[in-house]
Amino acid sequence: MQQSSIASEMEVFTPRSLDEALRIYADRPDAVVIAGGTDLMVQVNFNRLRPAAMLNIAELPELRGWSVDGATIRLGSAVTFTELMEPAAARLMPALSEAARTIGSLQIRNIGTLGGNLGTASPAGDALPALLVNEAIVELVSLHGRRSVPLRSFLLGPKKNALAASELIAAVTLQTGGRQTFLKIGPRNAMVISVASLALRRDKSRGILRAAFGSAGPVPILVDGDPDVPEDFPEKVAAAASPIDDVRGTAAYRRHALAVMTRRALSRLN
Amino acid sequence: MRINLVVNGTARSVEIEPTASLLTVLRENLSLLGSKNACEQGECGSCSVQIDGKVVCSCLVLGAQADGHEILTVEGLAPAGQLHPVQEAFIEHGAVQCGFCTPGLVVAAASFLDRRNSIPEDDEIREALSGNLCRCTGYGTIIKAVKAAAER
Repeated sequence: MQQSSIASEMEVFTPRSLDEALRIYADRPDAVVIAGGTDLMVQVNFNRLRPAAMLNIAELPELRGWSVDGATIRLGSAVTFTELMEPAAARLMPALSEAARTIGSLQIRNIGTLGGNLGTASPAGDALPALLVNEAIVELVSLHGRRSVPLRSFLLGPKKNALAASELIAAVTLQTGGRQTFLKIGPRNAMVISVASLALRRDKSRGILRAAFGSAGPVPILVDGDPDVPEDFPEKVAAAASPIDDVRGTAAYRRHALAVMTRRALSRLN
Repeated sequence: MRINLVVNGTARSVEIEPTASLLTVLRENLSLLGSKNACEQGECGSCSVQIDGKVVCSCLVLGAQADGHEILTVEGLAPAGQLHPVQEAFIEHGAVQCGFCTPGLVVAAASFLDRRNSIPEDDEIREALSGNLCRCTGYGTIIKAVKAAAER
């Protein structure tokens, strides 16, 4: 539901603390939340989005940065894809870091946020497969308090998420461990929405062989395999897809691509 | 609504439309026409500016979000009458044809080189500039120019 208004009447709120943001958002549940703006501003520029209000959460210190606690990493929703490419992040979160590198361009990565990828909940969101294989849990916050939702339950459908009214994404936590990688297929090595994407994680000590893929189903899909029989995994991953024909590719190609990507990911991790 | 920001080293206070992008603010409110409007979707990079030292597409930044920040546009890359090493290199290597993509490329390249203390490989230059499209040159002379500027 969207309220239309003339351009000059749109209110823009720029809170300086999370508390302030939550109070404003509780008061104005109709406000559209903007952080990096790399998705939203396209809609605004082409007059497709004219909300009565925007809530600019780009100045909230509580959403920034990431921290490590044992095998758990907590990433603020304002973490940008450029930050995820830094060496420290690449070491601890290789699949997520590789995924960040495939997103957009330098200009996009400098302001695009993890929270945006989560909130948009696109089946093609590049950070999502890497988060899924790492047991990601999304931290949501509102004036009423905090709650945690496993990423699998947060993504409800194409561009549909489990956010309640006046709720913000504060952070996402993930569990590291094992070897992991990410691949993406598209017509170019930059600036593309994936035709198919795949994150793969193998942790023999924990008996994990896990893949998550994007753009081949209504949401990114998680598949578990037998780490002792990896040769069966490519077919299992492809079979788990429910792709469609769309402007970027056919269902048949996507299914085929997933098997190929799984094989490549497995050989990368050898 | 009013925003206060620093543009190319100068404090500016501007009355803007709330839905205006930073690109619109720069061009329409501040008459800084160097940043170009080609796609308005963050695909072409011709609107590239630096915000607090980071290169971004100004068409994807809400004007209100620029409040309190420092913006560097192509006009601010070098003092008046002078050229930034990247600009000089672009001229020397024939990396400018129609010139429409040039401001965005120069801003992006300058930002890239600012963060490097070694000479980049061609692949690294391509990756850094992957957000900037050029329809004229085929990118060969652009890559050469950026490399030459790095060597300075």
